[in-house]
This record gives sequence, structure tokens and C-alpha cells, in this order.
Amino acid sequence: MDMISIPVVNMTPILPEIFLSVLAMVLLLLNVFSPSGKKSYLAYISFIGIAATAVLVGAGWGGHIESFSGAVILDNFATFFKMIFLLAAGLTVLISDQYMEREECNHGELYPLILFTVVGMMLMASGTDLMTIFLGLEVMSVSLYVLAGFNRNNKKSNEAGLKYFLLGAFSTGFLLYGMALTYGATGTTRVYKIASVVGQMTLPSANIMLLAGMLLMMTGFAFKIAAAPFHMWTPDVYEGAPTPMTAFMSAGPKAAGFAALLRILLVALPTLQIEWSQLLWVLAVLTMTVGNITALRQDNIKRMLAYSSIAHAGYALVGLVAGNGTGTAGILFYMLSYAFMNIGAFAIIILVSKKGETNGNVMDFAGLGFKRPLLAVAMTIFLFSLAGMPPTAGFIGKFYLFSGAVQKGYIWLAVIGVLNSAASVYYYLRVMVYMYMKEPTEEFEWTQVTAPVALALIISVAGSMIPGIVPSFILEFAQQAVKLI
Amino acid sequence: MENLNGYLVVSAILFAIGTIGVLTRKNAIVIFMCIELMLNAVNLTFVAFSRHLGHFDGQIFVLFIMTVAAAEAAVGLALMIAFYKNKESISVDDVNMMKW
Repeated sequence: MDMISIPVVNMTPILPEIFLSVLAMVLLLLNVFSPSGKKSYLAYISFIGIAATAVLVGAGWGGHIESFSGAVILDNFATFFKMIFLLAAGLTVLISDQYMEREECNHGELYPLILFTVVGMMLMASGTDLMTIFLGLEVMSVSLYVLAGFNRNNKKSNEAGLKYFLLGAFSTGFLLYGMALTYGATGTTRVYKIASVVGQMTLPSANIMLLAGMLLMMTGFAFKIAAAPFHMWTPDVYEGAPTPMTAFMSAGPKAAGFAALLRILLVALPTLQIEWSQLLWVLAVLTMTVGNITALRQDNIKRMLAYSSIAHAGYALVGLVAGNGTGTAGILFYMLSYAFMNIGAFAIIILVSKKGETNGNVMDFAGLGFKRPLLAVAMTIFLFSLAGMPPTAGFIGKFYLFSGAVQKGYIWLAVIGVLNSAASVYYYLRVMVYMYMKEPTEEFEWTQVTAPVALALIISVAGSMIPGIVPSFILEFAQQAVKLI
Repeated sequence: MENLNGYLVVSAILFAIGTIGVLTRKNAIVIFMCIELMLNAVNLTFVAFSRHLGHFDGQIFVLFIMTVAAAEAAVGLALMIAFYKNKESISVDDVNMMKW
């Protein structure tokens, strides 16, 4: 009888993913056996699980292990991004419980879904095969569709889920077609093998199939990172989704999209850098400008931050256009600080808004500075960081992104970026004007700040400030992370 | 395999039909079917390449795509049911609460 030989597989690179998946499944089971209304403990378990995974991931720093015959890799690049995802998920779990309780949709499935999303994102960051990257992307997206439509009884949430699903699946089609054409042109799906095959081509830029594959893959990822002109779904989905999920979506999956995009463009297709950087130049300018200009006229604050998140994807694309060490390390740094400041800002929005997602306009922040001075100070820090004012993390991040572009000679791109950043100050300051200079129009009860939310706010404030004051510490990690790819 | 181009042309046409369908149709379920058509066009491309190149990577990829498409269908149809319960319609013209 023939024996099927099973290859020895080194499981170390995907240990964190396995741990999180098992934890998520255990939580699903626990959820079934716990009575409704008593689901809060699931949040605590997931938070502890996420923290444990972060320790597990952190222990892999400095390692370089390929496994599953080159389909996944454990390197500093993946580790750095995994930390961002875990951080985003941890903060989201902390701010979710109170919100979900208030909106009366505290179904326990929320936490396992968040964990599955993180597993998908982690696979995207450590995938070195188009297949792994695709599977990671889908694990992430399918869970996110549910999370966007999680508040079943809210029409806006339904709409957000449906829209996200239809457009997300549509973009997956493009991504996959791009992968198929790349496979056809190079004969492999392994990222490193693609690099060597393309490197040996005499004139890769004349290979139509490869170019079309690259273009379609970039389209697919542009959808995921919400880059213009593929950003149409973003404002609607961000506005309709439950607020903690909006916070999560804007930080985690965007970073995951960048992780996969960086891996594919910089590792697999560096020989086509001239082609893709030209395309991304246009995309970056368009994304920044569309995001900022449309954000100027938004009254709904979630919608405003959605457009702002489009603009931030544009800033990060500037670093990718540069494609050098400073620019790419800038992307990593920026995605990390963006997770802090954006989730922090959304946490404040949760506290200001009321049941049924009402009270979510910029005007409703009137008087916050007098009524809840600490919350207003925290919000001010987040907004300053989003606007890129020194000495916040947002400033340092933008500084590295733009200086990366200048080093590569993209002066105009950096100028457009800075101008955009200046324009964005208007709509961030507008919130502050309402907080500090306007009287509240109506009296209402402020939501209590529960301990987990307070913890999330403290972490976010620290994360938005400390990297701005002592940037070298985190930047060194980011530079080591991009060194190997 | 000699006729690789034939398969590629067919799959490109299928993909284009799917894309046009997504952009022009109004019923969410029909749109979803068009997306499935796009995915199957991709599957055909993968299988054709796999056969042409003489190794299995592409066919394994197809198995994954089919699995993921099934998972997507489950989630997508559930979202459509939730939407229908609140709105009594699954026409994308009614997916219009939020506008800038």
C-alpha cells in the first residue's frame, strides 16, 4: 500500500493565527451557553486573548522563518503589521461592550468575528503566496461584512453591510483576475518566485498579461484601502456600521491592505516600480484631494472621519510611491499611529452619541469642552494628531512619508500632500471650535465612561502623543521591519 | 495544450459580462450572481493556465476560490435577508439612506 507522505511543516509562523482561531471558536461555544444580556465577559476574554497573542507575536520579532513551502513567512514586516492589527482589535474590543449594550445588540458573536478578522489580516501580512494573501483577505472581508451589518435592527447598519458586501465581493473579483493573470504570466503564485521570474524577463514592462495582472491586483487592493476612485463605498459603510466597527475598519483592514500591497509591489514586482509608482502617484493625489475636499462639507462626524480616512490612505500612498526605506517605514509608522488616533476619536464619538446612533453631528460636540473637559482634551489630541500637528504622532508619520517622497525626487507630490494636510486642518478644527467656543443647544445626560473605555482612551492618547515626542523608538522598529522585504 | 488563447478569451468575455451586470443590474441577488460569474471566469482562467503550464497550483487556487465563494454567498444572502426584513425590498435603488 502506498503511503501518502505528509511533509513536515513548521507551524511556528502561524502559531498566533492558530491560537486566535481556536480562541474565537471557544468563544463562539461559550456564547451559546451564556444567557443573553450577560455577554460582557466575552469581551474581557477576547481582550486577554488578544494581549496574549501580542506577546506571542512579539516573541517572533527578529525571526525569519519561511514555512508551508514558502506560502507564509515570519519576518519583522509581518510582525510589525500583526502588532498593529492586534492593537486595533484590542482597542475595539474595549470600546465595543458599552456601545453594543446601549444599542441593544450585544450579541456574543461580535468578539469571535473580530478575532477572525484579525486572523485574516495576520495571514495577509505574513502571506508570501498569492493564495495565502487571498485567503487572508477573504477571511478578513467576510467577517467584516457581518460586522458592518451587525446591528440587524438598524436600517443604516443593514445598508452598510449590504453595500460593503456587494462592493467588496466585486473588488475581490478584480483582485482574483489580477492574480490569475499574474499566475499565467509568471507560472507561479509564490511572491518570491514571481520576483525572480519577472527579474529574468528581458522586458517585463512589455508583458501585457503581467501588466494587466498588476493593474487588476492594484485595483482590488485600492478598494480595500479606500483609495479614490475606488472609495465610493467608504463613507456609506463607515456611517452606517456600528461605531466601534467603523473604528476597527478604518484602522485594521486598511493597514492589512497596505501590508499585502507592499508585499506584492515591493517584493514580487520591484522590476515594474517605474510603472506602478506612476500609477500610484495619480492615485495618491486623487485620494488625498477627494478625501479632504469632500470632508470639508460633512456635518455627520462619522462621515467626516470616513472621508478623512480616505485622505489618510492617500498620505500613506505617498510613502509607497516613494518606495524607499524612509517612505515604507513611514507607512508602517503611520498605520500604527493612525490606529491609535482614529480609534480614540471614534471612542469619543461613541460617548457623545446617543442610543440609535443619534447625536452624531459635529454640532453635537458643542460645549463638550466645558461639560467634560477631559474628554475634550483627549479629542483635541486625536484631532491634532489626525491633522498632523506637532508634537503628535500624526505629524511625525506625515513627516516621514513626505520626506521619503522628497528623497526620491517627488517634490510636487510632497507639496500636494502638505497642501492637503493644511486643508484638512479646517474640518478638524471645526470640531474643536464647537467643543470649546459654542454653547450646547440642548441639555442631555452624558454617557458614563466605563472602565474599559477609559482604558482605551488612555492607551490611545498615549499612542497619539508618545511616538510624536520620541519617534526614534518606534521608527527603528519600522525601519527594521521594512529592511527585509 | 494548444488552444490557451481560446480559453482566455472566453473567460475574459465572461468576466466582462459579469462586470457589466454588476454595474447595470438593480436587484441585489442578480448583482451577486454577476459577481459569481466574475469569480467563475477567474476560475476558468486559472484552470486554463494550470493546464497550459502543466502544474497544479492554479487548480488548487480554484478550489480555494470556490470555497470562499460559498462562504461569501452564505454571508451575503444573510445580509440581504436582514435588509429585506427592514426595507421589504432588495433593489439597490433602495440602498439609499446615506448620501452626501
